[in-house]
Amino acid sequence: MKLTRRETIVLGFGTAITAMLPLAAGAAPEDKIKEFTGGAETVSEGLTLTAPEIAENGNTVPIEVSAPGAEAILVLAPGNPNPDVGTFRFGPLAGSQTASTRIRLAETQELVAIAKLSDGSFARATKEVKVTIGGCGG
Amino acid sequence: MIARRHFLQAGLAVSALWGTGGVGNWSRLAAQQRLSQQDLLDFPTSGNVTLIHITDIHAQLKPIYFREPEYNVGVGDVVGKPPHVTGAAYRKLFGIETGSAMDYALTHDDFVALARAYGKMGGADRIATVVKAIRADRPEALLLDGGDTWQGSLTALRTEGRDMVETFKALGTDAMTSHWEFTLGIDRVREIVENELGYPFLGANIFDATWDEPAFDAYRMFERGGARIAVIGQAFPYLPIANPGYMFPDLSFGVRQDRMAEVVAEVRDAGADLVVLLSHNGFDVDRKLAQDVPGIDIILTGHTHDALPEPVLVGKTYLIASGSHGKFVSRLDIDIRDGELKALDHRLIPVFSDVIAPDPEMSALVDGLRAPYQAELSEVIGQTDSVLFRRGNLNGTWDDLICAALLEERDAEIALSPGFRWGASLLPGQDITREDVFNATAMSYPEAYRTEMTGETLKIILEDVGDNLFNPDPYYQQGGDMVRVGGMGYRIDITQPQGSRLHDMTVLSTGEPVDPARTYVVAGWASVNEGTEGPPIWDVVEAHIARLGTVSVAPNTAVRLIEN
Repeated sequence: MKLTRRETIVLGFGTAITAMLPLAAGAAPEDKIKEFTGGAETVSEGLTLTAPEIAENGNTVPIEVSAPGAEAILVLAPGNPNPDVGTFRFGPLAGSQTASTRIRLAETQELVAIAKLSDGSFARATKEVKVTIGGCGG
Repeated sequence: MIARRHFLQAGLAVSALWGTGGVGNWSRLAAQQRLSQQDLLDFPTSGNVTLIHITDIHAQLKPIYFREPEYNVGVGDVVGKPPHVTGAAYRKLFGIETGSAMDYALTHDDFVALARAYGKMGGADRIATVVKAIRADRPEALLLDGGDTWQGSLTALRTEGRDMVETFKALGTDAMTSHWEFTLGIDRVREIVENELGYPFLGANIFDATWDEPAFDAYRMFERGGARIAVIGQAFPYLPIANPGYMFPDLSFGVRQDRMAEVVAEVRDAGADLVVLLSHNGFDVDRKLAQDVPGIDIILTGHTHDALPEPVLVGKTYLIASGSHGKFVSRLDIDIRDGELKALDHRLIPVFSDVIAPDPEMSALVDGLRAPYQAELSEVIGQTDSVLFRRGNLNGTWDDLICAALLEERDAEIALSPGFRWGASLLPGQDITREDVFNATAMSYPEAYRTEMTGETLKIILEDVGDNLFNPDPYYQQGGDMVRVGGMGYRIDITQPQGSRLHDMTVLSTGEPVDPARTYVVAGWASVNEGTEGPPIWDVVEAHIARLGTVSVAPNTAVRLIEN
């Protein structure tokens, strides 16, 4: 991976490396989760996944994941033709373990995020995001 | 803690005031003799702060008829809870006598007979009288406008909301929030907010879409009666979805519950003794917000057009529902001491236009604003034999008429009309004027399109809209009602998930099931897509009414709820 000057500076300050590392395509979401957790149990505490309840534009949906102390956070969109969104990895000097980006959603679905916490345990969060035709409120 | 006594007194006062009266025994004169302005406005001032709430007036400056819904069905946790009660259940819940003035104001039953007895409701000049009377008791009373103010009439459309801005400034409004306001386009909204309005335009959930930063003020702190009152605004969360996003392209909305919790904490830290949420979320969304975000004392609800004669208490939060179209003004007298709400007295004041005297200054202002359009407004297009109304989960006769106009004037097999909740009602025998047509159609994206859709697409659209209305989680609801259909029938099971609600979609002209693979010619209006082409819907409707002379709309039996 080639680092630009700006990214290098960001690294110097110990901020999260939010470069998206695409996962191997094609595997089912549950397999991806197993691959990430090694089959370990997940708990519901420790990870926040923020996304709108209804997408204003399915082509660019803002999401944020946050897990204090996490080493990495996996994000999946199981309803997409390719469910892999990416994995955010946080270095030991990261000031916070929060990342936000915009993703494309093909249809209404439940987003899944899994965080690997510093003690080696895993946290899971989900959020239903509706992708709608709209047009009749009022 | 609120004294239970206050609720009981309010309930008794209502019963004593309206008394009993059989339907049909009422004449307009009797109604007027029985009700006096003093009865409507007499309210023992209490506490140290008064709030006045008006919402969803939809640009109705003159008194109108407005029939409340027969079907306003709740789903999930709110089945049978207010505001999802109508008719007899509503009367029973709130102790309202059949045929009484409040029955007329709050339910659909015997609407035509009661409307003839009790007359029209609302009107900016009557509202001004109510507001002035309250301020005579409590000069510092805060007047809060829940939005959907600048849209819904010919004059608001022609003046791009200026008539409503002038009127609400003259009423002495202290703050507002918004929804349809944005359909005037972001440039016009900015122009009004920055140069014309003179009071805060609040929306904690309105964000700049690019930078994800607040785009409007979230709240305003007021000092009244020795207390600090934070009024937080919340705009309609689904504006870019339910309305054309291209008209305000750089804005993002959403419920943003976490943001609301932050703002509540911020105003508490800033010393707020009372936290009021001036909301355009819709009642069920506000009920969930009240459950999940602690620290809000009062939510002044809007958007879903519900009117309730008593507050709904959720945890420690009072939800107030003040109706729509100027039919009601809510008054809340609040006792705030030691930094908290000690007691609350509430009255939903029905604005009976034949009982409450018009305020002469406001009458003059409104007539002046309407004068340039008077000839246009008063032109008679035809007559109606039927009551024309909009509200109802599945259909209304106004929309059945609009769908019939789309089918016939646009030569379509199937018509779609959006499930708006705004639009005044007309009684059998009334003239239909141009003003009446615009009261049901006036908005900034009126193009009546004509296109082709497969049966499968039609099913997807109806299921999508159905889920926006009947999703059991309120945060996934957009308000509004089902898209209205013409030329087609269906049955709907609202308890099912998306994709499984619609049954027996039928083409009415042939009696055949809607074929998923076949293409149908479809006419509709109010598309949220940019570049939609067609004549404005009011031209289509006027042409249809003018051709018929007198319109008759039979009760709609083609769309039905599957009762469980």
